[in-house]
Amino acid sequence: MPATPSPPPEPAAEPGAPVLEVRDLAKVYPLTQGVLVKRQVGAVRAVDGVSFDLRRGETLGVVGESGCGKSTLARLLVTLEQPTAGEIRYRGEDITRLSGRALKAVRRNIQMVFQDPYTSLNPRMTVGDIIGEPFEIHPEVAPKGDRRRKVRELLDVVGLNPEYINRYPHQFSGGQRQRIGIARGLALNPEIIICDEPVSALDVSVQAQVVNLLARLQEEFALSYLFIAHDLSVVRHISDRVAVMYLGRFAETGTGPQIYDHPTHPYTQALLSAVPVPDPDSHRGRERIILAGDVPSPAAPPSGCRFRTRCWKARERCATEVPRLAVPSSFQGADSPAAHPSACHFAEERLPAPSG
Amino acid sequence: MSRADRDAEQDAGQDAEQRAGQDAEGPPAVPRLLEVRDLRVEFRTRDGVTEAVSGVSYGVDAGRTLAVLGESGSGKSVTAQAVMGILDSPPARVTGGRILFRGRDLLRMGEDERRRVRGARMAMIFQDALSALNPVLSVGAQLAEMYEVHQGLSRRAARARAVELMDRVRIPAARERAGDYPHQFSGGMRQRIMIAMALALEPDLIIADEPTTALDVTVQAQVMDLLAELRREYAMGLILITHDLGVVADVADTIAVMYAGRIVETAPVRDLYRRPAHPYTRGLLDSVPRLDGGGRELYAIKGLPPGPADLPPGCPFAPRCPRAQDVCRAERPPLYEVACGDASVRRASACHFWKDELDARDPIAAP
Repeated sequence: MPATPSPPPEPAAEPGAPVLEVRDLAKVYPLTQGVLVKRQVGAVRAVDGVSFDLRRGETLGVVGESGCGKSTLARLLVTLEQPTAGEIRYRGEDITRLSGRALKAVRRNIQMVFQDPYTSLNPRMTVGDIIGEPFEIHPEVAPKGDRRRKVRELLDVVGLNPEYINRYPHQFSGGQRQRIGIARGLALNPEIIICDEPVSALDVSVQAQVVNLLARLQEEFALSYLFIAHDLSVVRHISDRVAVMYLGRFAETGTGPQIYDHPTHPYTQALLSAVPVPDPDSHRGRERIILAGDVPSPAAPPSGCRFRTRCWKARERCATEVPRLAVPSSFQGADSPAAHPSACHFAEERLPAPSG
Repeated sequence: MSRADRDAEQDAGQDAEQRAGQDAEGPPAVPRLLEVRDLRVEFRTRDGVTEAVSGVSYGVDAGRTLAVLGESGSGKSVTAQAVMGILDSPPARVTGGRILFRGRDLLRMGEDERRRVRGARMAMIFQDALSALNPVLSVGAQLAEMYEVHQGLSRRAARARAVELMDRVRIPAARERAGDYPHQFSGGMRQRIMIAMALALEPDLIIADEPTTALDVTVQAQVMDLLAELRREYAMGLILITHDLGVVADVADTIAVMYAGRIVETAPVRDLYRRPAHPYTRGLLDSVPRLDGGGRELYAIKGLPPGPADLPPGCPFAPRCPRAQDVCRAERPPLYEVACGDASVRRASACHFWKDELDARDPIAAP
């Protein structure tokens, strides 16, 4: 755990003020043993000191492998979980301390779209009831008589036939169901939508439709997205900025070109080199970094740098000293796309061989 | 596998390539490792009869990789299950075609003989290793069982072979871990155990159905590398079933693209990616976001794939196709042989306008 609060990431270069400021956010789940008397035998540090800003109208992509804590991060941001430490400031106010009416008002503005369009919709409710349910909790958004009309409007906005309002989820395909989930997320006119793997379960041709829909809605409603996914190509496509997450921490943050074309963290480099590219000729100049082993358990993370157990660059310092997420000193002041925050003691660019 | 290796192999396998594509001419002199001809599979349910696979033909030779690419419901997995003889029947039923394994039709074999072929000569790797492995048997015991049953080894000898095999697929500390149960392994390690199990009897053919879909990117790369290496080493034929255009580009020699129970295009991998001859293939390629960026709108194939019950009368892709003409809506296209200027390249496309598609320079603009 970092003892000193880390400085906020670089100031806004993109238009829009921050709508969400996250500082040193942490979530620790206790591991207990025993049935009657529970003893704590350990702790899973699912999210361990994450800081970032999300600006108005911006998409921040979060990529990482399973178990890196990206879904826990999503649940913390929509206040489905209480953080163990840290702050989430929405419009300057720390929402982790709110309760009752104030919390409800904030929740209205931070909505979520889930990964699995098959299990995240109640099979016994009609589409109209699913999309209209948020209005039951927040009646101020749509008075009772007006709800059906609002739901029809929402169906239209996400590209579904408003006549489908009385159908059930099983009558829709995966892509259509994800549209229903998105319509539900939009119902309360939120400012921020947290998307947790929203297109991972979809077929390629349908995935493109949903990605385009999310982009169009963002423009139309000035939404801010936190877009969580494991597919690096989709994340680059949709994001203004990207954070690479590993074992509960951000390893590297920056714009698309900074992260994808000039990564300086070994994990990011390995991740990018492993992505299968739909072009049989792309491998001529591409050096693949095949990482050894699996991600360590977050219940027993390595000391120092979390990535050191799989890193080919690891030295003694990596085991003793936690690398901070900051612009590496060697790049400070440099006018280079490699000058972006990277949590590695030995951050450097690997110059990719020219592709093609 | 290095590019040079593959090129060398490509040349060596050119003869095999000649025979790829549809079975226009008579049976070749040397039977292919596996050849599926005009396979049809039906599902009979209370709601009626639907055809999930409608006349699929493909083949693979020893030491080569055929990728079968398709979205959910395209029939790619059903075809593979028919080849393996593990269709759930009822409701599924093979209603036509032939599945020739080294020239012998698996569909006309007796049950016992077919089981012997399936057990020893061909093996399958599934997507979800956790549900494909027995949760109450240690992995060592599951692997050893193969040797006990098929080769009659003693328990002790079988156990030793099992450990060897785990070592072979690079499971660290294989001897110590042989006593562990499937749930004690990570996803990537479980997939290695599945691969080990498929390899145990050194089959001639491996069918891998989405072997890395459930895995993380870095682990996926490890597993695909292992699979490619083993295929080369044992000179096996590999049929890789996937929806991932990226994975296919990396490892396949030939690709068959499936849509609505049919093959719509087959081609050597490079030709297919460079110059697709079917609008569906092109649509798929254009709808994948690229790692090297570009925030432009993705090309999205409009609409949804048809269900097997509501197939349009003409080309099944016509309702979603930007190229569709009246003839496409009226007349189902056969698998045309595609002449792409290079006589050594065998490819086929089920599009009336394959020539236009092949010559189209620019991606189809999104409407």
